[in-house]
Amino acid sequence: MYKIVKKKELTPDIIQYLVEAPLIAKKAKAGQFVVIRVNENGERVPLTISSYQHDKGIISLVAMRVGKSTALLSELEEGDSILDVVGPLGNPSEIENFGRVICVGGGVGVAVVLPIAVELKKAGNYVISIMGAKTEKVLILEKEMKEASDELYICTDDGSRGYHGFVSGFLEEYLSRHLANRENKKHGIDRVVAIGPALMMAAVARVTEQYRIKTIVSLNSIMVDGTGMCGACRVEVGGKTKFVCVDGPEFDAHEVNFDLLVSRQKIYCDQESACYDLYKKDCKCKK
Amino acid sequence: MSGKTDKGAKKEKKDRTPMPEQEPAERINNFKEVALGYTEEDALREASRCLQCKNPKCIKGCPVEINIKEFIRLISGKKFGEALAVIRERNSLPAICGRVCPQEDQCEKECILGLKDRPVAIGRLERYVADRELKRLADIGKECVYLDGNYKCSGEKVAIIGSGPAGLTCASELAKMGYQVTLFEALHKPGGVLVYGIPEFRLPKDIVRKEIEYLKSMDVDLRVNMVMGKILTIRELFDQGYKAVFIATGAGLPHFMNIPGENLNGVYSANEYLTRSNLMKAYEFPKSDTPIVKGKRVAVIGGGNVAMDSARTARRLGAEHVYLIYRRSEKEMPARNEEIEHARQEGIEFMLLTNPARISGKDGWVNSIRLQKMELREPDSSGRRRPVPVEGSGFDLDVDVVIVAVGQGPNPLLTATIKELGLDGRGLIKADPETGKTTVRGVFAGGDIVTGAATVILAMGAGRKAARAIDEFIKTGKW
Ligand SMILES: Cc1cc2nc3c(=O)[nH]c(=O)nc-3n(C[C@H](O)[C@H](O)[C@H](O)COP(=O)(O)OP(=O)(O)OC[C@H]3O[C@@H](n4cnc5c(N)ncnc54)[C@H](O)[C@@H]3O)c2cc1C
Ligand code: SF4
Ligand code: FES
Repeated sequence: MYKIVKKKELTPDIIQYLVEAPLIAKKAKAGQFVVIRVNENGERVPLTISSYQHDKGIISLVAMRVGKSTALLSELEEGDSILDVVGPLGNPSEIENFGRVICVGGGVGVAVVLPIAVELKKAGNYVISIMGAKTEKVLILEKEMKEASDELYICTDDGSRGYHGFVSGFLEEYLSRHLANRENKKHGIDRVVAIGPALMMAAVARVTEQYRIKTIVSLNSIMVDGTGMCGACRVEVGGKTKFVCVDGPEFDAHEVNFDLLVSRQKIYCDQESACYDLYKKDCKCKK
Repeated sequence: MSGKTDKGAKKEKKDRTPMPEQEPAERINNFKEVALGYTEEDALREASRCLQCKNPKCIKGCPVEINIKEFIRLISGKKFGEALAVIRERNSLPAICGRVCPQEDQCEKECILGLKDRPVAIGRLERYVADRELKRLADIGKECVYLDGNYKCSGEKVAIIGSGPAGLTCASELAKMGYQVTLFEALHKPGGVLVYGIPEFRLPKDIVRKEIEYLKSMDVDLRVNMVMGKILTIRELFDQGYKAVFIATGAGLPHFMNIPGENLNGVYSANEYLTRSNLMKAYEFPKSDTPIVKGKRVAVIGGGNVAMDSARTARRLGAEHVYLIYRRSEKEMPARNEEIEHARQEGIEFMLLTNPARISGKDGWVNSIRLQKMELREPDSSGRRRPVPVEGSGFDLDVDVVIVAVGQGPNPLLTATIKELGLDGRGLIKADPETGKTTVRGVFAGGDIVTGAATVILAMGAGRKAARAIDEFIKTGKW
């Protein structure tokens, strides 16, 4: 059992949980994830470790309510426990002093890119962050991102805050402006890390490919065990089948088959929404 | 009850006693156990067939050399408790092995009666005495033998990684010797293949659960959700004062065929399909939260137990057609005979000497599989005849789910974190077959991670041998 010591609504649907998991907190590195199971009938759900306090034995998880499992999780209050938390899984992010790095986060992906931005900054990089959301009200972790970055840009799909449009659109304009400037040639962009919905990552990959900037994405495929034993998480990278949980979750964006990723993410759409509807109906009955 | 009505009254005394079973038409609609187990009368009748040979060949056929002749003699004398004790001397998981061992390739293959008639049903008798004891305990309100005892271990600390049959056995043997055992398991439930792979209808999970209760009652510290190599390394275990480590992580990495279309929606590894159904109880969806694609026309590729289990699970999940596609002939199928027979009774359609060439789909979902006829040529390195494609024999089969059950290999997650550990070309740990000793002092290994995908009894045997070797190593310090 893993106790939730603090629960915070970042938006009505995106919730941050600080969870007591001393062993995991001790080992966790930026870019890694855990698999949780809320209760005995629960699904195994992967969630990225959004931050960790080695000394306090606490990890932070951020989850958006999208289906029954995340809804069940959101029903837990401070002091309640998650039945199973296993990790840290996956390979840590590659952290080095690359030079100038752009970190792009979309939606709850901001929570995932945050620890990477923090580590990149610590390693001496000049960190430029771009974060996006549908609308101003659902922007998350802005303060934390600001602290982790040398420059921070905000985009909203509806223009309620910052750049009006997608993060990929802003990135494109930023790169063309930045790299057109002769002086900036000296310090081009050495790397982009983009994390968010699959379509956003695909769009970012298309932009950076034109500029030949090495781009890393963290893939959010469906998982079961998270240890390489089932193959549920398989994706195609560079024409080869890879398991996200053990070969990733981070891959070279320019090699990822995003169409396959998007398609495989939809396998259980119908079943999951039926399950969620049933749950919501049940919930209402109880109330 | 089918089977029980077998005729043959004239040779009544000689015929092998049939196993009471759920009728096929009924059982394809549920996940309950198929083979219901002998009654006392059945067991006595079957035991009476045994010739009590001077030179009992059956024992040599048993990978752990259970004194079969003796336990059958005890059954005949209705000394069921003593019969179980004889089995337990060698096999700590009789209720499980009685159900899943490939007896026809082991004890029953050697049984003298088999020369002229059908061999004594040794596995069924083993199961009978084990089940009888479980029932006796249940009747007095107990789960397992110990449970209420205040068993305490105070010896040196030993770490066991993986809670399949190898890990479970090693843990119980060491606990009996008084060692403080910690059993680390990556999944949220202990039992290894016994819980995530082998379906309920073949091995009720309650039996595995009771084995685990037994371990807990012996003061074994069971720690689930521990992916070793990630959360703790082997070095760290030694730093924490563990005197020896036994690696029993199995062969859990699914092989795919590397043919086009394998990543389409609806294509599963058998591991994923069975894990969803067994461990995550997807067959109860939406009561349980884990979904599974329930195909109407399912192709299962492979001919082993894993393939049979997948096919029979698909049937129970409502498939109208389940095709079992195997590239050799039935004779070469590695599955237990009983599973092949049960699969046939349940209407699984066998397509033998057939191999997939590619999988096709529409809108991301599988909709057909391209198959090819095969013929058998001279034997290959495995000693089985080598299948080769018959030119121009390709044809398409409409399917909506494909389950790939062509084998599993070792998972490198843990072994990659300890460089000094010697591995063979396939990534299996090099270990002495008698002791389980690896190339690293204090580290032992056994089960599928050493042999490659094998059997429950071999994994269990390896766990026992390693327990003895660990005891000796800790006592003498000799490597
Ligand atoms: C579907 C199926 C059906 C089968 N049917 C039969 C049958 O009828 N008869 C028969 O004799 N055999 C059968 N087998 C084979 C048999 O189950 C195996 O040979 C046996 O279980 C091997 O035991 P093991 O203890 O070596 O490993 P496993 O049972 O595989 O257990 C290994 C355990 O280690 C855990 N683990 C792995 N990595 C780590 C890590 N890094 N940290 C912590 N834990 C870890 C795994 O989660 C697992 O629980 C079947 C196998 C399958 C898959
Ligand atoms: S070989 Fe067969 S008949 Fe002989 S003792 Fe063993 S089980 Fe009995
Ligand atoms: S989640 Fe099972 S192999 Fe990756």
